[in-house]
Amino acid sequence: MTFRKYLVLGGITLFAALGDSLLSHGMKEVGSISLNHWSSVLTAVFNPWVALGIVFLLFFFVSYTTALSWADLTYVLPASSLGYVLLAVIARFWLHEQITPMRWFGILLISSGVGFVTQGPALTPQAQHSATAGFKESEPALPGARQ
Amino acid sequence: MKHAYTWGAIAVVVLASTTGDILLARAMKQVGDVGELWRRTCLWTVASRILRTPSFPLGVVMMAVGFYSLLFALSWADVSLVGPASASLTFVANAAAARFFLHERVDHRRWTAALFVAAGVALLAG
Repeated sequence: MTFRKYLVLGGITLFAALGDSLLSHGMKEVGSISLNHWSSVLTAVFNPWVALGIVFLLFFFVSYTTALSWADLTYVLPASSLGYVLLAVIARFWLHEQITPMRWFGILLISSGVGFVTQGPALTPQAQHSATAGFKESEPALPGARQ
Repeated sequence: MKHAYTWGAIAVVVLASTTGDILLARAMKQVGDVGELWRRTCLWTVASRILRTPSFPLGVVMMAVGFYSLLFALSWADVSLVGPASASLTFVANAAAARFFLHERVDHRRWTAALFVAAGVALLAG
């Protein structure tokens, strides 16, 4: 794992947390949308907070797909789940919400899970060949290698 | 009846999100390391290569199905049930699906991580 790859994982965490927070803030301004008037959800994107949230979620999607190009799904998902912790910290210090002991325990579990997975390899060795093969991935990297 | 609708929608969220994640992961593995490709070619070549991979648009469609199912589930039940239930189950379903469909090596470390994160999300959002 290089510094650039840790930066991409950090990007997933940061952009998802910021995007979700901005969407939530914007949707509270828009107000609740009834299923009978579902088309109102289309005009919600013109709210500046919702629009900014969508921009951050697009950055999240780019970072997420980039990480999936060089790491396993079962590595990327837990490794980038610190976003949940970041959301709780934003809720505590920016929105001044109370964090119960049960939630602190949840934060501890997530952080432990992230610690576990980041100690191991990012990519299943057999898949590493096709992941680094780039434009030549149509040719088997090894005889009988899985594509 | 509403209870059945809620859990039905949660099941669709988990199924669609997991399918979307698996398809996206499969597409990106076929493309190869994006950083390496970008160094060798230009951004447009990398983007067109990603978009030409059939699993990629399918994955995006499944993610969209998951998102809209989540909106429906939220209209039938509280976010305190729907949020943690769908997120936690998706973590565990992804670990199982990645092992079977992507042939990833999901060892004890990764199972422990997935279960810890799933439990943590349930406690945090509950």
